[in-house]
Amino acid sequence: MTEETTAMPLSETGSGSERERRSPIEWLRDQREHRAHLFLLAIMLLASIAVIDFRTWLVLTISGVAMGAVLFLMASGMTLTFGLMSVLNLAHGAFISLGAFAGGTVLAFWLDGFASSPSFLTNLVAIIPALLFAAFIAGVVGLVFEKLVIKPVYGDHLKQILVTVGGSIILMQLIEVIWGPNEIPVTRPEALQGAFLVPEALPLIGGIVLEKYRLVAVVLGLAIYAGMLWIIDRTRIGILIRAGVESREMVEIQGYRIHLLFLGVFIAGSALAGLGGVMWGMYKELLTPHMGDEMMISVIVVIILGGLGSIRGCFYGALLVGLINLYIGFVEPRLAAVATVGLMVGVLMWRPQGLIPVIKV
Amino acid sequence: MAEPILKLSGVKADIDQYHILHGVDLVVPKGELTVLLGRNGAGKSTTLRTIMGLTTLTGGTVTYQGQDISRWPTPKIARAGIAFVPESMGIFGLLTVRENLVLAAVSGPMDEARLQWIFDLFPPLKKFWDKPAGTLSGGQKQMLAIARAVIEPRDLLLVDEPTKGLAPAIINDLADAFDQLKEQQVSILLVEQNFNFSRRLGQTVAVMNDGAVVHAGTMAELAENEELQQDLLGLGLGAHQ
Amino acid sequence: MLSRILSEDFPRSKTLTALLLVIVVSLALGPFLFDGIRAFTTLGMICVFIMVVAAYDLMLGYTHIVSFAHTMFFGIGAYGVAMAVDGMGNSFGAVLVGIIGALAVSFVLSLLLGLLSLRVKAIFFALVTLAVAFAFLSLVTQLYNITGGEDGMRVRVPRELGPAFRPFENSLPGIDVPTLLKGLLTQPWNIGQVWQEATFEVRFNGRNVMYYVLVAMATGVFLFLLRLVNSPFGRVLQAIRENEFRAEALGYRTVVYRTAVVILSALVATLAGAGFALINRYVNPENTLNFELMVFILLMCVIGGMGTLYGAIVGSTLFILAQNYLQDLLGWVGQYTAGIPLVENLLGEDHWLLWFGVLFVLSVYFFPAGVVGQLRIWALQRRNRKSPPPSGPEAEPVAQT
Repeated sequence: MTEETTAMPLSETGSGSERERRSPIEWLRDQREHRAHLFLLAIMLLASIAVIDFRTWLVLTISGVAMGAVLFLMASGMTLTFGLMSVLNLAHGAFISLGAFAGGTVLAFWLDGFASSPSFLTNLVAIIPALLFAAFIAGVVGLVFEKLVIKPVYGDHLKQILVTVGGSIILMQLIEVIWGPNEIPVTRPEALQGAFLVPEALPLIGGIVLEKYRLVAVVLGLAIYAGMLWIIDRTRIGILIRAGVESREMVEIQGYRIHLLFLGVFIAGSALAGLGGVMWGMYKELLTPHMGDEMMISVIVVIILGGLGSIRGCFYGALLVGLINLYIGFVEPRLAAVATVGLMVGVLMWRPQGLIPVIKV
Repeated sequence: MAEPILKLSGVKADIDQYHILHGVDLVVPKGELTVLLGRNGAGKSTTLRTIMGLTTLTGGTVTYQGQDISRWPTPKIARAGIAFVPESMGIFGLLTVRENLVLAAVSGPMDEARLQWIFDLFPPLKKFWDKPAGTLSGGQKQMLAIARAVIEPRDLLLVDEPTKGLAPAIINDLADAFDQLKEQQVSILLVEQNFNFSRRLGQTVAVMNDGAVVHAGTMAELAENEELQQDLLGLGLGAHQ
Repeated sequence: MLSRILSEDFPRSKTLTALLLVIVVSLALGPFLFDGIRAFTTLGMICVFIMVVAAYDLMLGYTHIVSFAHTMFFGIGAYGVAMAVDGMGNSFGAVLVGIIGALAVSFVLSLLLGLLSLRVKAIFFALVTLAVAFAFLSLVTQLYNITGGEDGMRVRVPRELGPAFRPFENSLPGIDVPTLLKGLLTQPWNIGQVWQEATFEVRFNGRNVMYYVLVAMATGVFLFLLRLVNSPFGRVLQAIRENEFRAEALGYRTVVYRTAVVILSALVATLAGAGFALINRYVNPENTLNFELMVFILLMCVIGGMGTLYGAIVGSTLFILAQNYLQDLLGWVGQYTAGIPLVENLLGEDHWLLWFGVLFVLSVYFFPAGVVGQLRIWALQRRNRKSPPPSGPEAEPVAQT
């Protein structure tokens, strides 16, 4: 039944025979040290299932993973820009808002006819351009932002914090100038509204209700995660990014222009933030200029949890934050934010470099 | 002396507010191995870093194959055919041996024959091919560092103290590797403190002191003249391992 | 005498001295120089934020610690007083209990944050404080049965600090400077009438008393911090800022100093928060804890000039004036641009912050030393031009970023 709880820690474990020779306590200790992310995830899943009714738990878990997937989209760009050039972009939240507004405009104004059709295929005619347009706008603005705001202050953390905070104000105000200060309602495309009812006949999970949109978010998030892992692990660009996170200078010595690489990563990161923004906007069905800022706290917790600069860490950090939000939110909604930050402080006390550290800051 | 591949004239460089190089004049002849000797803090490493464009040059010129490369950015210098192995080796520890080499082959996929040659030179690299480079021993890392520098044909190698902290057996392997590179007519500028190693490999030699080159000539000449060694290097033979 | 009060840290620029004098005189005689409730509120806010920003400068400017939890401590002070008078009635005793309680809470929290900074590096610290401050904000918003949630709390101040209290029988004379200046510029021939129009009656009440309490607090806090940064303690802070490793190597326990700075700055912010609650008589998450407010504090500190303390006075004044009056200016410009589609929007009075943001980014690039730092640099250059060899303590770098 708890496929997720047990499958995850095992999936990456080495050969089984090696494990059998040691006592379970030692094995656990080993997992805690070397696979802290999976250890923490397992604890969280087990602890929550112990106190929450199973069907509710399943719905919460899927929703938590969906939120985690969206958070991952938003956070991945920020963690990579930091890892690669140690640039802390506090304006990242503005790109989330920007993507949400750009995508929302497509859905609510330009292609609203397609979005409100009951056919999923017709909806796609609106959804796909909305996602692409959000990513495109956020990416283009990212390009301009990098050239104008960030490039002049490389290597100076204090100034980076200052100018990106300033840049964030400017972007947010520009959003207000273009789209107006009021909230904009965006209805989800017709086919993504509503929920699935799992047939009663199925054992254990029969009768639970799953929101369609969350499932879509999970699928899309996992697909992008898989794509990014493939790029990072298998392609030359990926190797270059990982090398750059370790040492910028050596990458240049090998003959690569690190700034170009960084620019590319920054644009991609902004585009992903925009994508996350439009996903979030569709989920909330309401756009506000400050929606990105509100997400920034979770994004920051995610990248600190995961270890700055680590894509894998970012993914697990996002899952943990998504899940804890849903679980705690179910038990006591008022404590969700506090629990998120508490999780971060706890992990920092235990592992100051985050769960999967790749760089020393 | 062969025609120079690299020529430094009056090169000055600062690190923070300190003047490190006070006008370095140095010639690296084409197809030869030049050793740059000198005490700690004489400015040898800074000279290499300045050639690579990693330290900002504040005066003088660096000429490479007839071009003034003084103001070129580092990647452009690298692409012009200069490979640099820093003292720290600069291995990407989280990348595998293979990935380290894939990156070093800037212009595309690695050449199979050349890779085979590298495996023959440094067998451990083949053994640990898919292991993270951070798990290699110090000597193996140095092998990888040098392999990275020669994975593609290069015109000039700058190598900073490759023997530092290595066991004698490995130093011998390295010396063999440098001999093979010399046979291939690769020009090499080697910073060394180990005089025995330098004497075995070097054809020309330059000695630095306090941010300037104070002696330049052939290795044979310096090797024979113990008084000069004492004078320039302040060391008797064998003081260094 | 003056040199002792200012701890021998003078403005070191004639323009700056003049600017500071104008601000200080305006604040000191505020209720007698500016008519109207809006001006009064503005003056009060400037006093509050001089304290908040000076405390922030101690961290940011003097020690290069970036914290986003400053509003949290400000809020603790404000809510401490609000909750105390809410629970115990509007007596001075309740206010005192509120302040002491708030200081205690801030002390514990800032100590924990300071200790956390042992475990993490500087850039992490900024992010961690941001998250912690956010958690606090969300807690205050959610626990509405004791904090009033989004609606906030009305602060019932002691009678002596409220509008009903009249320490003087008669009203006092006041001259409204803006009216006077406007009159002198537009109709200088009519000086008698201008004078008459500018005079107004000041009904000195408890709110004015509270204002002067604030002025006294701001003065005390500022002079204390000025003394502090010019003491051996302050010199160690600057040594840490310039080179932490070297400071450590010289035998200073940098961790102790950094933690002390975080705590001290938090306590001053708490005190300022208490003052804010008493003068504003209304606290809510937006006016005490919001992230936007935190950004404003950062802007004030940087625009005034980091690491100068005088920057806190100049920065707070400029920013709060801009916040309150830049909208008027934009509104005035707006009359002439109405009808031009995008420009009209860009120059709309709601978007004063946009222009402030642009100004801020530009000033970080071109005047990283802020107003105070830049004025000092210019003064120094002028002095050097007069007497070529730069010498003496004046030649030290004015501000580093």
